[in-house]
Amino acid sequence: MEKYRYVFDAKVKTQRPLEEIKQVYRYRYLILQLLRRDIVTRYKRSFLGVAWTMLNPLGTMIVLSIAFSQVFGIVERYPAYILSGLMAWNFFSQTTNASMVNLVWGGGLLKRIYMPRTAFAISAIGTGLVNLVLSLVPLVIVMLATGVRIRWTVVFLPLPILCLIMFSLGFGLILSAFAVYFPDVAEMYNIGITAWMYLTPIIYPVDILPDLARKLISTLNPMYSIVNLFRIPIYDGKIPTLPEILIPFSISLVFLIVGWWFFSNRSDEFAYRI
Amino acid sequence: MNKTQSIKLENVSVKYRVPNERIGTFKEYIIRSLQGKIFHEKFYALKDINLEVGEGEIFGLIGHNGAGKSTMLKLIARVLTPSEGRIEVCGSVSPLLELGAGFHPEMSGRENVYLNGALLGFSKKEMDEKYRRIVEFAGLEDFIEAPMRTYSSGMWARLGFAVATDTRPDILLVDEILAVGDEAFQKKCFDRINEFQKSGTTIFIVAHGMDIIQSMCQRVCWINQGNLMYIGDPETAIEKYRDGFRKDQ
Repeated sequence: MEKYRYVFDAKVKTQRPLEEIKQVYRYRYLILQLLRRDIVTRYKRSFLGVAWTMLNPLGTMIVLSIAFSQVFGIVERYPAYILSGLMAWNFFSQTTNASMVNLVWGGGLLKRIYMPRTAFAISAIGTGLVNLVLSLVPLVIVMLATGVRIRWTVVFLPLPILCLIMFSLGFGLILSAFAVYFPDVAEMYNIGITAWMYLTPIIYPVDILPDLARKLISTLNPMYSIVNLFRIPIYDGKIPTLPEILIPFSISLVFLIVGWWFFSNRSDEFAYRI
Repeated sequence: MNKTQSIKLENVSVKYRVPNERIGTFKEYIIRSLQGKIFHEKFYALKDINLEVGEGEIFGLIGHNGAGKSTMLKLIARVLTPSEGRIEVCGSVSPLLELGAGFHPEMSGRENVYLNGALLGFSKKEMDEKYRRIVEFAGLEDFIEAPMRTYSSGMWARLGFAVATDTRPDILLVDEILAVGDEAFQKKCFDRINEFQKSGTTIFIVAHGMDIIQSMCQRVCWINQGNLMYIGDPETAIEKYRDGFRKDQ
């Protein structure tokens, strides 16, 4: 049997980003186990367990619907609008936050044993994906209850989900790398993410924005086009047009590549810093 | 590297950059880097180390606290990468550094066995095959479905040892003396380690207790403040280490 050989030479420049992909493949079972741990332990002591994954966005939706439906005046379709937006948004905010927190405060696992450093971010994405799929259940129920038609266009849903995965992973990796060096980033991010949510049409309809604001948000905020692409097949019941797909797709891909490159080139230093 | 060596360090240095004052915030960092006021002190945890450990050898490492022993183990375990030099490690490494490092208190013993196995790089198939043996060795058949927060620290360490040593590794890293469970279990641990050694596992031990080093190791390396002072037979190494200790006082 061929023995695994680990060679590290400080003088030889290795392709860290490619090496990281290889290691992730080699440790794929670990990533699955970390994902499992996140899901199992999160609700282990609660009575309703995993049902909270579905109840949580539902509760937020009810609160927001009551609070804002009068303000925005679109009563019957509004709950489904909020819920679909929240699902995409929660995926992004939860996975990016989890990849940062797991890496920096993950019990110092990184300092004790070798593992691919991107494992935390990838398993956070996996956890988010499970939550996202589970929260499709309350969304369908709300749509049926409020008379929003579900059309066959939902088959396009994997596209925006793929964009969400790529964007969140890329952004989460950049964020985690910064959080290793500056623990303050975690606190700042909590505030930043709240502001960012209000700069994305999650709880308000796009048309209430003045032209200028809409233009600024749609060009500068990458989440705008991703959330938009998420709503098109399920909430609007339409087939997304090519630009509606390609813009968020290319933004997400760029973030993924840059994030992966940025993170894996620095990851050898993390054990010194955490 | 020829076939008989399993660990090889060539001119390895580990350099920590310690900022003169701790800069904790992003704002402070930006302001200071704009002012050009970030100074780092270089601190060598290990300096220009050359070391070769042969296959099947029992190799001991001694030195004061802070001499760089743990850093060296972490280099071999791949947790840290050196700032300078080259490392070559041949074969699978099982670090008995932190037994049960990845255990989660809310999960059952069974779930933790699989998680910890994955941390050591095993696949699901391998873990399915190993699972029974691990539980049996740890002697935890009756508690394996209970959450680990209900385990005593001895049970915790026993399970950690059992997972880490179920498959014979090519290299075993041992930090300090294994204070695992009661005497009977400790004997089981030592028997297993001896068995590994007979089958060709390289064993790298860091210890403070000189008795263990003297009775077990074939060669011993003494490091002091990051510098390699001596490599050779245990008696001389221990003698030199003790002399150095006296001079310091």
